[in-house]
Amino acid sequence: MTKRDPHLLLQAAPFLRRGITTPGLMMDVLLGLAPLVLAAIYFFGLSAVLVLLTCTIGAVATEWALSPARPRGSSIKDGSAILTGIILGLCLPPAIPLWMAFLGGVAAIGLGKLMFGGLGQNLFNPALVGRAFLQAAFPTAITTWSQQGTITEFWGLRLSSWYVPFTHWVPDWLRILLEGVFGPQVDVISSATPLAFIKFGGEAAPFNNLLLGNTAGSLGETCALLIIICGIILAFRRTFDWRIPVSILLTVAAASGIVWLFNHDSPSPLYMLLSGGLLFGAVYMATDPVTSPIAPRGAWIFGIGVGLIVVLIRLWGGLPEGVMYAILLMNAATPLIDRIAQPRAFGRTITGEVSA
Amino acid sequence: MSNHKPADPSQYYAEFVKGIWKENPVFVQVLGMCPMLAVTNSAMNGLAMGCATTFVLVCSSLLVSSLRTFIPKQVRITTYIIIIATFVTMADYILKAAVPDIHKELGAFIQLIVVNCLILGRQEAFASRNTPVRAVCDAAGMAIGFTFALLCLGATREILGSGSIFGFSLFGPNYEPWVIMILPPGGFLMLGMILLFFNWLQQRKLRRRRIAGRGVTT
Repeated sequence: MTKRDPHLLLQAAPFLRRGITTPGLMMDVLLGLAPLVLAAIYFFGLSAVLVLLTCTIGAVATEWALSPARPRGSSIKDGSAILTGIILGLCLPPAIPLWMAFLGGVAAIGLGKLMFGGLGQNLFNPALVGRAFLQAAFPTAITTWSQQGTITEFWGLRLSSWYVPFTHWVPDWLRILLEGVFGPQVDVISSATPLAFIKFGGEAAPFNNLLLGNTAGSLGETCALLIIICGIILAFRRTFDWRIPVSILLTVAAASGIVWLFNHDSPSPLYMLLSGGLLFGAVYMATDPVTSPIAPRGAWIFGIGVGLIVVLIRLWGGLPEGVMYAILLMNAATPLIDRIAQPRAFGRTITGEVSA
Repeated sequence: MSNHKPADPSQYYAEFVKGIWKENPVFVQVLGMCPMLAVTNSAMNGLAMGCATTFVLVCSSLLVSSLRTFIPKQVRITTYIIIIATFVTMADYILKAAVPDIHKELGAFIQLIVVNCLILGRQEAFASRNTPVRAVCDAAGMAIGFTFALLCLGATREILGSGSIFGFSLFGPNYEPWVIMILPPGGFLMLGMILLFFNWLQQRKLRRRRIAGRGVTT
């Protein structure tokens, strides 16, 4: 900019830029997700790769086919569809049939983003729209959590991944073919997530398992430690507003702590923080710059709202986990929050009158 | 008020046919959304609702347009509602006697035909200003258009949500149903898709006409 003629510079606001581009931001988040993707592959083997890949293909294909951007497919280059696909994949269970994962990617981009007019126009987080669609459409498939395989079972496939589209069935020839190529199948031993223990009884998972990720759950949500580290790095790089995850986590800790003080049967605040999709949602989903408030005060309101709804659903709701619905509900409230949290304009008094 | 033109069959035909496609109450006018969303979780329910609405719409249009010179302007809406409610009560009892299972499934939505804005809208906009024959033609066309829309939505939702149509299984026992489609969100979603499709058709037609027009001038 200084290279140009400095005598007269005609330019529209904003004048100060941070030099951040949309593809650059998406790349930052993708790098921040990379450790989680690797962890998911480590914990769940080849299934994780397949699910993540299918979701991403579904998302990118929809972006290519339905986006109004011309030339066709030029909006793929900003990377947001890839990011949506990977985030969606990371919040799905490992044994989900691949055709459902593909459909989730299509719903995420089609219903969650392009329906509203594309990137920057969407009211709801696209990945969560995709997941909510799958949750409503296929409630059993999306709550069938399989146990983690050991590293020796890396090539072992979960047969349910290969269900023929629109069915829950694999033809015999395909089963034989798959077993011939990849070796014996890993049975899907359905296993309860740490949060299901709270809701439906049973024993709680030990804390170090929650931290390191040796629990059943969605692909990306199990390893709390990794999410915390990645989140801190991303926050310091100012990829997202740190106030949102911090306020969510503080609210959940405070609200569940109060309940826990009165009733020691309810889960402790630490257990609430480390289990389920809370950390993943707070770091990677609630912070979506399009669907969360812009002003700092708004970020606090947003985070507190998400935290309260999470605690409400987890402790008193019908579902074991409520992070998805909490974030989606607060997404819907974001335009309102933005309006009330708007910083005071210069040249006005506290009450809003224009000062002379 | 009443126009004493000589009866022309093609005119009646035009009144009848416009409701089916060009002015379809659901796809074009976006009226009667409540039954449209609430009862279309299967093709059969959609069809039953369509038939009940057809009965009520045609009968009340006939009565309203016959009585149009007697009904005082000030209380016309009330009068229409009373006439509609009479036929809705009849439809309710007929369904209860003839097909009790479907009646149970449709529940309160049969009685709610009274407040279907499509029916009241036709009385106010058409039946109260036209001769009975024209009014019946118009009502029949609108009702068939409405039934067609209900059937479209009901069939798509049933095919996706239960893998069957009119209760006959289409894809065998291995089909994985999309539970969302028989739940309320699926209704909204599918209706939105169908409206999207119709708007797309409309726009394509306009664009083609514009291109054709341009071709003539150059």
